[in-house]
Amino acid sequence: MASRGRPALHPGAWWLWALGLGTAATRTTNPLLLALLVATSAYVVATCRQRAPWSRSYSAFLKLALAVLVIRLFFAVALGSPIPGTHVIVTLPEVPLPHWAQGIRLGGRVTAESLVFALYDGLKLATLLICVGAANALANPSRLLKSLPGALYEAGVAIVVALTFAPNLIADVQRLRAARRLRGRPDRGVRGLLQVGLPVLEGALERSVALAAAMDARGYGRTAEVPPAVRRTTAALTLGGLLGVCAGTYGLLTAAGGTYGLPLLLAGLAAALAGLRLGGRRSLRTRYRPDRWDARAWLVAGSGGAVAALLTLASTSDPEALHPGVVPLVAPALPLWPAAAVLIGLLPSFVAPKESS
Amino acid sequence: MIRFEDVSVTYDGASEPTIQGVDFEVPEGELVLLVGPSGVGKSTLLGTVSGLVPHFTGGTLRGRVTVAGRDTRTHKPRELADVVGTVGQDPLSHFVTDTVEDELAYGMESLGLAPEVMRRRVEETLDLLGLAALRDRPIATLSGGQQQRVAIGSVLTPHPQVLVLDEPTSALDPAAAEEVLAVLQRLVHDLGTTVLMAEHRLERVIQYADQVTLMPSPGAPPRLGSPAEMMAVSPVYPPVVALGRLASWSPLPLTVRDARRRAGALRDQLAQPAGSRAAGAAPVPKRGGTRQAPVSATPPTPAPPRRWRRTLRKPTTPSATPPTVAETHSLSVRRAQVQALRDVTLSITPGETIALMGRNGAGKSTLLNTLVGLVPPTTGTVLTTGVPPHRTAPPDLVRRVGLVPQEPRDLLYADTVAAECAAADRDAQAETGTCRALVTQLLPGIQDDTHPRDLSEGQRLTLALAVVLTARPPLLLLDEPTRGLDYAAKTRLVTLLRDLAAEGHAIVLATHDVELAAELAHRVVLLAEGEVIADGPTAEVVVSSPSFAPQVTKILAPQEWLTVAQVREALT
Repeated sequence: MASRGRPALHPGAWWLWALGLGTAATRTTNPLLLALLVATSAYVVATCRQRAPWSRSYSAFLKLALAVLVIRLFFAVALGSPIPGTHVIVTLPEVPLPHWAQGIRLGGRVTAESLVFALYDGLKLATLLICVGAANALANPSRLLKSLPGALYEAGVAIVVALTFAPNLIADVQRLRAARRLRGRPDRGVRGLLQVGLPVLEGALERSVALAAAMDARGYGRTAEVPPAVRRTTAALTLGGLLGVCAGTYGLLTAAGGTYGLPLLLAGLAAALAGLRLGGRRSLRTRYRPDRWDARAWLVAGSGGAVAALLTLASTSDPEALHPGVVPLVAPALPLWPAAAVLIGLLPSFVAPKESS
Repeated sequence: MIRFEDVSVTYDGASEPTIQGVDFEVPEGELVLLVGPSGVGKSTLLGTVSGLVPHFTGGTLRGRVTVAGRDTRTHKPRELADVVGTVGQDPLSHFVTDTVEDELAYGMESLGLAPEVMRRRVEETLDLLGLAALRDRPIATLSGGQQQRVAIGSVLTPHPQVLVLDEPTSALDPAAAEEVLAVLQRLVHDLGTTVLMAEHRLERVIQYADQVTLMPSPGAPPRLGSPAEMMAVSPVYPPVVALGRLASWSPLPLTVRDARRRAGALRDQLAQPAGSRAAGAAPVPKRGGTRQAPVSATPPTPAPPRRWRRTLRKPTTPSATPPTVAETHSLSVRRAQVQALRDVTLSITPGETIALMGRNGAGKSTLLNTLVGLVPPTTGTVLTTGVPPHRTAPPDLVRRVGLVPQEPRDLLYADTVAAECAAADRDAQAETGTCRALVTQLLPGIQDDTHPRDLSEGQRLTLALAVVLTARPPLLLLDEPTRGLDYAAKTRLVTLLRDLAAEGHAIVLATHDVELAAELAHRVVLLAEGEVIADGPTAEVVVSSPSFAPQVTKILAPQEWLTVAQVREALT
């Protein structure tokens, strides 16, 4: 376990870092750069993650990314691809489709160019997923909750509790299917699953009620007395602010409202934030050891931001290197300075607190 | 500190009040134990203190409950959170956050305490409960005893004046239970906390109680008095009290220590030649040379003593191998990177009752699940009535082995007892009415249209047992059968299982209840970290262990008696 002598990094910093890498991934299709991004995130996860249930999610995201890649390739093979290619690898039997399905093809020629294009495209999406997975593995979701404004905290707890409902439900299904076996009924198949449905829901509901009772008895939802004037101002600010945000967005999107759109949006946003802040007065809550946004958090978040910014810059200044062509097929080369930029993403593994053995 | 003024609670839809005529006061800084058979409303009474009854559960509360001067009628549970700390029966349903340190802080955050105060109290509580080494651990990875301590710690940090606990030790092994009770005693003695606690395992807690509130039967008003006074009239009492009543000691001893001081005469009386002993007593085969006294305990069963065989390490029994109902050979099970069982070799013969004991997480449930085919062995073999259970189809297996799981409710799906029985007959391909006949025999007076959920804990267990027995499996497995049972329900269960063993069923029970093992088991298998560390006759295994020895054994040592029933038989 990481010792609290060096407290854990702010979870927001990890999310910014991961989103920075993800943004960088969307700027390029160069497989070498993408692989470098994945390797960077994997190295940081391996060195910085803590031994906790949520840190296992990285491998789950890896599998998901692989599945996405495979599905993308399968579609390229089965449905064909608009990429013109000359290197035919295999010709699948083509399914004749009626004329109204023009433009859709089932089977037919599979070219190397179309496969490579699908691979690059899939890899981009997979890298993005892996970066999100890294954030999940490194930042405890419930610690992120602690950074919510006071007025939203209680709603946040409800969401986190609701999220734990699913894993519990799966455990219940497994237990009750085992019990079916004890009764001498087949424990597999859809029927078996349906028959345990009701007891599982009953059990889950009972547990939720027990948790709600425990939370109530521990002071969840205690509120402070606030003067009625403050309460009314809060309601007015929040409602007015949200209305302003809606109207402002509408204005920005319509051609006519270009002039009033932006100011209205900003004013609405400000009012809504003020409402939230004032609403926080109703909540008595204090925070136990809140995560501080310290220099290390700046470095971690900054390194992610730097990778995103540099790759965005590179994609405009040197699009050839970041988007290697597929027609004609060329071997992708590793552009030197964008690669160096990606390596900035390794910074967290030096500054973030490590697992002490 | 807590004052009940003529309180009664009626739940919605119930014709009778669940508790009535409750009128007493719990003084400050006392540990008060709530005692009574199951179903008398102990949990309801505890709920009225935290305000969860009736604010959360619904129902009507008449009279008045005041806690530290606050009336629970006008204060919701969240407004009592700073004076009352409540821990329910299942600590897992109590946790809101996912690490130990955050959980300890959660209650204080809700109350809005200053960050410095929170920090100090978390550190103090970590030390008080011995949790400092676990502070960053995710709660899901802790053992049962550790979770129970975290749950207690999480309600302690706001410094409540009153602590309300519902069965804090029932699910724990003897050592973990002592850990938790030591903490409670420290709170009462050092911090002056008032503790109100309900617990069925009186042998564990009675010695810590300053006063006892006795709820003798449903609807009867509770009485408050000194532990000895109340134990003299209570319908539920631990073995030490049973022995005291048998020997007519007055005042009644409540601790093993008190009882030992008085037991001199009884020991002399029992040491007389065995001629006056019960005729059915047969000596247990003696193993090992560590004991001086002759074995005077016998398996308390009317069945003739079975030959038992220990295949672990040195199989020394010279007689021919008896037919086995089930056997495992160097069985190992790995689940999710945890070695749950390691090289377990065991054989179970017909008519034998085996108690499987050991810490929480020692592998008891895994062994039972392997025997019934829910868990396949990683290496080694397991045979139940000659077939590998994990490769046998459920309809066939159910006639070979039956398991009553820790939560008997898992086995019951139907809306009524009659439907449950009909389904059990179909599942087991037994004659129609087999299961219902068993239910009538085991649980007289149960109506056909009762919903299984409305049964008491003990009745539900018996119904699940009847469902399993419908297929007449030669091997019967029970996982923690006495959790939540009062002494009367336990006695009925013991009688029932003894009869089954006499009919030739082999029974294996995983249990923390040393008194149950002493009453019932012919043989005890101790597990630690997935390994068998002791396997032998009950008398031999439990007598040598300080935490697994039953109270009667401790009182009458060095003579080897296990249960009050044996002593009573010997004296008549």
